[in-house]
Amino acid sequence: MKKENTVIVALAVLAAVMAATWLLLVAPALTGNEINMPRGVTSQSAIHYDLHMIVLWVCVVIGIGVFTVMFTSIVLHRKSRGYEAAKFSHSTLAEIIWTTIPVLILVAMAVPATTALVKMEDASGAEMTVKITAFQWRWKYEYLDHDISFISALGAASNEARQLNSGIDPESVQNYLLDVDHPLVLPVGKKIKFLITADDVIHSWWVPDFGWKRDAIPGFINEAWTNIDKAGTYRGQCTELCGKDHGFMPIVVTALPQAEFDAWVNAQRADSRDQHQATKRLWTRQELMQRGKSVYATACATCHQPDGQGLTPAFPALAGSKIATGPVAAHIDIVMNGLAGTAMSGWRDKLSETDIAAALTYTRNAFGNETGDIIQPITIAGIKRQSTDQGTAP
Amino acid sequence: MNTAITHTGHDRPDHVQAHDGHDDHDHKPTGFLNRWLFTTNHKDIGTLYLILSLVAFLVGGVMAIIIRAELFMPGLQLVEPDFFNQMTTMHALVMVFGAVMPAWVGFANWLVPMMIGAPDMALPRMNNWSFWILPFAFVMLLSTLFMDSGGPAAGWTLYPPLVLQTGTSLAFVIFAIHMLGISSIMGSINIIATILNMRAPGMTLLRMPMFVWTWLITAFLLIAVMPVLAGAVTMLLTDHFFSTNFFNAAGGGDPVMFQHIFWFFGHPEVYILILPAFGVISEILPTFSRKPLFGYASMVYATATIAFLSFIVWGHHMFTVGMPLQGELFFMYATMLISVPTGVKVFNWVSTMWQGSMTFETPMLFAIGFVVLFTIGGFSGLMLAITAADFQYHDTYFVVAHFHYVLVPGSVFALMAATYYWLPKFTGNMYSEKWGKIHFWLSTIFVNVLFFPQHYLGLAGMPRRIPDYSPQFADFNMISSIGGFAFGATQLIFVAVVLHCVFRSKVKATAQVWEGSRGLEWTLSSPPPYHSFTTPPVVTRNMLKHAE
Repeated sequence: MKKENTVIVALAVLAAVMAATWLLLVAPALTGNEINMPRGVTSQSAIHYDLHMIVLWVCVVIGIGVFTVMFTSIVLHRKSRGYEAAKFSHSTLAEIIWTTIPVLILVAMAVPATTALVKMEDASGAEMTVKITAFQWRWKYEYLDHDISFISALGAASNEARQLNSGIDPESVQNYLLDVDHPLVLPVGKKIKFLITADDVIHSWWVPDFGWKRDAIPGFINEAWTNIDKAGTYRGQCTELCGKDHGFMPIVVTALPQAEFDAWVNAQRADSRDQHQATKRLWTRQELMQRGKSVYATACATCHQPDGQGLTPAFPALAGSKIATGPVAAHIDIVMNGLAGTAMSGWRDKLSETDIAAALTYTRNAFGNETGDIIQPITIAGIKRQSTDQGTAP
Repeated sequence: MNTAITHTGHDRPDHVQAHDGHDDHDHKPTGFLNRWLFTTNHKDIGTLYLILSLVAFLVGGVMAIIIRAELFMPGLQLVEPDFFNQMTTMHALVMVFGAVMPAWVGFANWLVPMMIGAPDMALPRMNNWSFWILPFAFVMLLSTLFMDSGGPAAGWTLYPPLVLQTGTSLAFVIFAIHMLGISSIMGSINIIATILNMRAPGMTLLRMPMFVWTWLITAFLLIAVMPVLAGAVTMLLTDHFFSTNFFNAAGGGDPVMFQHIFWFFGHPEVYILILPAFGVISEILPTFSRKPLFGYASMVYATATIAFLSFIVWGHHMFTVGMPLQGELFFMYATMLISVPTGVKVFNWVSTMWQGSMTFETPMLFAIGFVVLFTIGGFSGLMLAITAADFQYHDTYFVVAHFHYVLVPGSVFALMAATYYWLPKFTGNMYSEKWGKIHFWLSTIFVNVLFFPQHYLGLAGMPRRIPDYSPQFADFNMISSIGGFAFGATQLIFVAVVLHCVFRSKVKATAQVWEGSRGLEWTLSSPPPYHSFTTPPVVTRNMLKHAE
């Protein structure tokens, strides 16, 4: 085999390998689908994106080199072409070279990788803090500096469409599975610290446009931070398997300019004052049933099912259940504090007193549970205060 | 090339001349139960392992098809989310512990004694035990799917606290894992004892075939980590049923501790699945390149280095748990380092092919497919090592694509290459080359249609282990599912080719089978005598694939 031929074949193979690379890494984007990591809207996400692209290109270049040599050999060094096998079996020099060069490439990559990590782990200088508590299958957001807290769950339209054989076309639902009832609202241009934890099992909070995810672990409080450059709506999902509805636990962040954020904070505060007033007054059965129905739909129906029939074996039916038709105190206790060793979590701090009272009233009077019991928000507030005073709160 | 190895005086005629395909004069036990249930013969036990593995491969494959069918389009059409999670969990457990690991033990059983010039394994009765535990363990594991509380649904990684929400079936899962572990440890002890004690004269350690080397190292990994897994799942058991609080934060336990323990097992485990594959590829490439393996010694050292590094990189599976910066940096650097010995292996394989005199029978095709596609899986592995970027990749379909690339066109392709390569030796019959090649090409095309788009899905933001997704991910999921169905169907060709080769093929294999094959197993007849080498052959330098 002449040397010229080897070069020509190698160039042809190189062209073919590069064409294959293009087909795999560039062409699919022409379908209009997103195929790459988003550059995102924070300084971190841009750094992580750049790192991703650097290491991707390093891999692509090495890959093209290795595969070109290999396929050139496959084309040329065939028995069917009468090629006689060489006898060599090692080359110390070659082996030293291809051990050393990768080490140098790795060292070069380690530098930006280390810098990015050091920056990521530095949450100091944060201007506000949001505590995120994950539980099956919702997110609770607490604004520690603003005294605001609420729970965010999958939006109703998605929730209806995602049931097995719902007959609803997911394409017809706006932001299917990536929509929530109460988005997390954040200001742009501020360093925001997140304290992330969980109440039952491990979850993970991820908004791709922010550039990171962090696990929410019961018993631990993890720290992370962001600083959003651009106002807009950003969507993500839970990324640690957390049970049957792991796929239905989205995250939506609405990033607002500071002034609009401040207005939102004020509105939330007024709302919470109304809530507080609401707890104090006496509610009619009809009001409680109406509110209870919607609370039940968002908080309880995932497990106990919209018709109260439950899902065997993990999730018991409420229709005709001993608890929902038995003594009121025991029922309140389970709903407030959960039941250890089961998937039933305590709702004491996840729902307002009014919502707990409404849900209790609803489940004791719906699905044929005609107990006639009415539980007032003020009763729940009293129980809550009592248990806090006694230090028995979980 | 007619370099069929001449035996050096020690071997007896009944080995070399057993060409009639019947080995009745080898004192095989008579009767079905005696032959298979009570067998202590390394080849019969090897066959049992391989059959079990093939069955598990098909069972795990059906679960994969269910997963891909549900993911074919957005919305839930076929199964409830909880059953979907049971499928992803069981698919992984069955494929890892039922398909790939037993297949490698099966090949080790068949090949190690023949490759080192021994009559059988060192501990034949233990060999019987280590196999016969497995079918019972698997029946128990699979039976959980039919229990009231359903099968395990917390992923094969069994993370608490989620896994503690499993019902009573968790006890069966954990007992099955204990049995699998006991089986693996016994198998490993046997392999180590055989390799260290039963090598023929002249078969020094640095003359051993690469498959023997990689298995020796794999066996040490298994012995090191299976007890760790056993400890971890036992703590789950007591947490669930006996009110301990190892992993319960409210009781003073630590859920993250489980992940540390699990991945201390889990990372060496993935090398347990791939190291024997490295060995197989290092056997096959020289044969069909008609050239010695390039850099034999550095291959051995690279394998040992990879095995060592596998013990200090577990943290890269848990970069998002909130480790201290120092921990993240350590695990990132250690993980990046793995690409050096792995790179040496790939470069050595390419150099083995370079200036060879290549032919492209089915085993060679699968070996080349392995080198290319495993390398792609290695690249995405290097990307995942970069901690800051991993904060994006972690637990997305990018990870799913990565480990399926190293496991399917990695380990599984190597298993198929090994099957085509040694099946004529095992059975004395040639398989259908035409159908073998069809199987290769369809597998290679569809495995890429199946897994390559998953890289895009992960980067674009699709988490793993979800039964339903936003319509923005619809196109590539549908392509991936189509690839999955076609890849699954293609494997039926493999089953047919194997069955045809074993029972129907009229084309007899020669002792050497392949023109370029070297090594002791090719000096035995095809099929080999029931007791491989009853008198040890003397091994000389020119009998081996690697001319160190």
